[in-house]
Amino acid sequence: MPEIKRPLSPHVSVYSWQVSNTLSILHRATGVFLFAGALVLTAWIVSAALGQSAYDSVLNLLRGPLGLVLLLGLSAAFFYHLGNGIRHLVWDAGYGFDKHVARMSGWFTFLAAIAFTIAFWLGVTS
Amino acid sequence: MSLQSPLGKFLGLGSAKEGTEHWWSQRVTAVALIPLTLWFVVALLGMDSFEHAAVAAWLGQPVNAVLMILVLMVVLHHSQLGIQVVIEDYVHSGGLKVSMLLGSKFLHVAAGVAGIYSIIILSISALAGLGTGTGQ
Repeated sequence: MPEIKRPLSPHVSVYSWQVSNTLSILHRATGVFLFAGALVLTAWIVSAALGQSAYDSVLNLLRGPLGLVLLLGLSAAFFYHLGNGIRHLVWDAGYGFDKHVARMSGWFTFLAAIAFTIAFWLGVTS
Repeated sequence: MSLQSPLGKFLGLGSAKEGTEHWWSQRVTAVALIPLTLWFVVALLGMDSFEHAAVAAWLGQPVNAVLMILVLMVVLHHSQLGIQVVIEDYVHSGGLKVSMLLGSKFLHVAAGVAGIYSIIILSISALAGLGTGTGQ
């Protein structure tokens, strides 16, 4: 039987890009990235129990340039995933579905994540 | 006429034999993670030092140990549920999909057990006055 080419909705190539779908994709992407964060957290704890030398090698990796970029990315991903997760929970409760409300909460979540990330690093380095 | 039994109709689960458990677990862990992760962020901000002795002592402190075990357990559970959905959505080849699902689950459980065991070790070391962990 020949494959019937039915139109799919929303078809990615004709889908009008907007805040809502960008943030939705970002939620999933940050979630996957935070899986790596969970493993970093585990490595940090396990190395502390293993002893000084194991802990120092983990700490030196995290304090190196690549480690700091990773931690910066993880913190930003965390604050975004947390904020947008709360946004999702509010939706699950049945609120905030109006188009303008959803857009506004999206922008608010995104900007709050940036603000929290900056505030966290100012706090942790001070 | 429906061929479903009255019990089947009441449970409403169809042939999958399950309903909203995965979805619900993801929400329950999400709600739990709001206070847990915020506590961890505040704790990180309050750390005087990230050197080994300070961190090992901090992890061995009873309240921190219990909360860190909770953080780790719930984070890894929530992560496992999420990664599972992502794999199911994007990996369609049967063998690869099953291997990745199993690999992810094993990795999450192993990380959780290793992390919790480590926190217990650090707690016992702190209680016994052994100082900074074992293994040296």
